[in-house]
Amino acid sequence: MSGSNPLLSRVADSLYWIGRYIERADSVARMVGVNLQMMLDLPAENTGQWQALVDTGGDTRVFRERYGPASQESVIRFLVFDRENRNSMAVCVNVARDNARSVRDTISSEMWEQVNRLYLLINSTRPDSLTADSLPEFFHRVRTECHLFQGLTDSTMSHNEPWNFLQLGRAMERADKTTRILDVKYFMLLPSLSDVGTPYDDIQWSAVLKSVSGFEMYRKRHGRMVPDRVVEFLLMDREFPRAVHHCITGADECLHSITGTPTGNFSCAAEQWLGLLRSELHYTRAETILSSGLHEFLDGLQVKMNRIDTAIMENFFALGHDAKAAAQSAGSRQR
Amino acid sequence: MRFSSYQTDGFYDEMFQTDDVPRPQARLLLETIQSLSDGQLLRSKVAAERLLLQMGITFNVYADSAGTERIFPFDLVPRIIASEEWTWIERGLEQRIHALNEFIDDIYHDQKILKDGVIPAEVVLSAASYRPQCQGLDPPRRIWCHIAGIDLVRDGNGQIYVLEDNLRVPSGVSYVLENREVLKRTFPQVFEGLSIRPVNQYPSRLLEMLQTLAPAGASDARAVVLTPGVYNSAYFEHSFLAQQMGLQLVEGRDLVVSGGVVYMRTTRGLQRVDVIYRRIDDDFLDPETFRADSLLGVPGLMAAYRAGGVALANAPGNGVADDKVIYAYVPAIVRYYEGAEPILHNVPTYLCWKDSDRSYVLENLDKLVVKAANESGGYGMLVGPASTRDEQRAFAAKIEAHPRNYIAQPTLSLSRVPTIIDDHFEGRHVDLRPYVLYGKDIYVLPGGLTRVALRKGSLVVNSSQGGGSKDTWVLAKPLNGSSLPAEATR
Repeated sequence: MSGSNPLLSRVADSLYWIGRYIERADSVARMVGVNLQMMLDLPAENTGQWQALVDTGGDTRVFRERYGPASQESVIRFLVFDRENRNSMAVCVNVARDNARSVRDTISSEMWEQVNRLYLLINSTRPDSLTADSLPEFFHRVRTECHLFQGLTDSTMSHNEPWNFLQLGRAMERADKTTRILDVKYFMLLPSLSDVGTPYDDIQWSAVLKSVSGFEMYRKRHGRMVPDRVVEFLLMDREFPRAVHHCITGADECLHSITGTPTGNFSCAAEQWLGLLRSELHYTRAETILSSGLHEFLDGLQVKMNRIDTAIMENFFALGHDAKAAAQSAGSRQR
Repeated sequence: MRFSSYQTDGFYDEMFQTDDVPRPQARLLLETIQSLSDGQLLRSKVAAERLLLQMGITFNVYADSAGTERIFPFDLVPRIIASEEWTWIERGLEQRIHALNEFIDDIYHDQKILKDGVIPAEVVLSAASYRPQCQGLDPPRRIWCHIAGIDLVRDGNGQIYVLEDNLRVPSGVSYVLENREVLKRTFPQVFEGLSIRPVNQYPSRLLEMLQTLAPAGASDARAVVLTPGVYNSAYFEHSFLAQQMGLQLVEGRDLVVSGGVVYMRTTRGLQRVDVIYRRIDDDFLDPETFRADSLLGVPGLMAAYRAGGVALANAPGNGVADDKVIYAYVPAIVRYYEGAEPILHNVPTYLCWKDSDRSYVLENLDKLVVKAANESGGYGMLVGPASTRDEQRAFAAKIEAHPRNYIAQPTLSLSRVPTIIDDHFEGRHVDLRPYVLYGKDIYVLPGGLTRVALRKGSLVVNSSQGGGSKDTWVLAKPLNGSSLPAEATR
């Protein structure tokens, strides 16, 4: 490992969550933006799409209790502005900013100012001030600001341990989101066999890809819109940055940079679980997954990713530092 | 905006000798401002405020609803100090800090000054900021006040006085650096033709000072900045200074003490810490030594400090020298330790524990400023001329109940600086807080923080009470044209 300063566990924790929350805010902006576009192309009676957006976030029950049936207005309010929804874009950005504030000395000023700009943008926007013609522009701006943060992270912060924790959080969040989108959409879209081959089918699968910014790259890779190829692309593609395989590989590399353990070995539970998942994705064929049950596979992925998340927390953020641990390191004064 | 209708209203004005005659050090700046096109100044003002908000240079308001942040109002018109006057202030501050440090070291060791009867022992030992736990402690280099912020004011005659010595955890220096930065970014025209002493070397000086405190033998000593956390009103400053020095910003929960050594909790286990620039008050520093209910501090920190395992800046216990009753004795303290007359003057101070002083204070509450001995931030204070009969009666009762806790001073007519109010200039009262570092030697940051009372007629400059700030310029060259040595002008 480089000879840089050791990283406080608390700070590593905050960095990981900044990575996750900025990515989550970006995802919400992207998914809502794509849905707005798609609705314009679909027949008016097709209202299930807004509910699907809520389901993707995993907050179906909370939403139903507070808002009832899903509509464009209620879903945007819930996913974007609702302070009570811990996954809403506003909450994600506020939490990311709180975390950034607490590690302001670790990240670059440019990154801090960017998170702050995003915060000011969202907190100065009143939900009822957004009209049909300003909504797309708003989500586009949020996404641009999120991307600017990613760019600044890449170009103004040393690619060291703190940076790797940010990237780790981002990669885990991306893998999670892609998995969820696929799980909800695949089963929504498949039963409508009557739609197969119709323009609507094409529109909806295109929207799935667009909601992870993958439409153009899919076209280059596979051409025609084929559901199984979409699944393969989103799960297994080696090159597309939001494909689960790519995210997990990236996360694994971040973790190995952090610990200094060579790839293929592991020094802690987080590395072990992540390595296992990486090789599973590496050596599994899309056909096998589809024939033995996509939903089961995605469910399994979620469980594994949760286990990795917990292990990262235990291995790096919540180190048990009692007096005994202190006494042990007292002998070896590491720098 | 023009100064043609500007009025000094009989106050000492830092920029004008009379309503239409500028002071020599301000002439060029005033000409530049006058030559701006209409609206330029207000546009720069809006730009500066937006910049502060975007940079997230905000402070938390405690009394307000959770999470409310405000920018510290910044006025574009700088305050200018002539280089000759600054040289004199600098010498006065060096002398004062040196003497105060000797005093603190004496109090926690032999107490010669008390034995010699210069200050009554009970005055010192009854100070709320006196820490018996620090008796006999030998901090590195026997320095107790590493970072000080000394509040200066100028009265109607142009005389400069020391108003308060802030030795414990003085704040505000980040605003000095950021104000300069914001002014350079939003209003660069005003710097033209002037040679102003820079301020951005402060973090390097601070870092250098902290590193000199490391226990002997630690060649690669690690210093950290200890903050109470993001909800502290000065959190921005803590993170800013840590970032500028490249040090880790830590909270109490990040640190653990074992075997007389302080460690921080990292992703790679515990790592030793050698020097702590702590921005937590003594009371909350270590629940084992001071307040047991503190959740911000580090249990066992004082024991490690006492054993020489870690250095703390500022040294715990140094607040004994900025108690407002002891303040009245600082001229005597300077004479005692320095063998010289104090360069900087004290404001005449009445001590309510003295019967004669107390009866004078009680009879003249409507004319005096009364302060609690151990408060700061403009709290626990009565400004006589601005107070009601009821407020005076309430204060009289407090003074009678705890005479040791109160001092009184004549109400000074603080100097003013032109300030943008709506669309014109008006004079507003200011103070000045220069920052002094004491390590291998004593260093004074040129200028300091000029705080301005934005409310008309107000004398209270604290940010919690409607205060703002200004950039403070120390001119690098004397006005007669001969330049200072290269060191000072770089």
